[in-house]
Amino acid sequence: MINNIPIDYYIWLATALFTIGVLGVLYRRNAIIIFMCIELMLNAVNLVMVAFSSYLNDGKGQVFVFFIMAVAAAEVAVGLAILVLMHRNTKTVDINVLNRLKW
Amino acid sequence: MTLNVFYFLSFVAILSALMVVFSRNPVHSVLYLIITFFCIAGHYVLLNAEFLAIVHVIVYAGAIMVLFLYVIMMLNLNREAEPHKSTLLKVTATICAGLLIVVLVGSLKGTELMLAQQPADRSISTVKSLGQVMFNEFLLPFEITSILLLAAMVGAIMVGKSETAER
Repeated sequence: MINNIPIDYYIWLATALFTIGVLGVLYRRNAIIIFMCIELMLNAVNLVMVAFSSYLNDGKGQVFVFFIMAVAAAEVAVGLAILVLMHRNTKTVDINVLNRLKW
Repeated sequence: MTLNVFYFLSFVAILSALMVVFSRNPVHSVLYLIITFFCIAGHYVLLNAEFLAIVHVIVYAGAIMVLFLYVIMMLNLNREAEPHKSTLLKVTATICAGLLIVVLVGSLKGTELMLAQQPADRSISTVKSLGQVMFNEFLLPFEITSILLLAAMVGAIMVGKSETAER
């Protein structure tokens, strides 16, 4: 089944998804959207790992994807807790409000 | 046939990923991101990684995105008029992302010639063989991951705890 699709198609797809994630991080000011774009970038990397794992018949890539999923879950849990705290203190999730460490 | 399924899934994934960035309502962004995750799970099925596809749907669409929706609901962010960056910053962000994709395409071009195509072997992505890899070779990282999850849980509770509950 996988032999029909060249592996570079998956590389280009993951490149596009990763760039859209970077674009979202740079483009938006809403911290929740920025978190979601970070998830999108992690998923692009996961896709490349699974593609190479399948094409090279090596299970290690898929095990790494499990670890990335666990790290993403931990990141989201802590990040959203910080976000709730930020909203409680500043009544907004706009990242431009958080400029007290700027200068 | 498989190639058509690949094109369809890729098209929907990229389109809904763009909608995540450009939709104005955060709830819509979450729903588009769920569509993207389902398309990526479809790609995993195409790559013979069925177990990973199931885990992906359960963890991402079932747990992480529900957490996002729950936080958006709790913070009451579903209004459309949220502040946006100035046009100059938006243009700059788009140019930066365009430069990044140029760099990535330039560096990844020709990668597929470097690796020889192996014959497809469905047995590597079964639960049994994945478990053998995970619990023999990656036993220590697996345990460290459990400690990471525990630390994340404790950290989330400590950060999210309200100040008045300390008394």
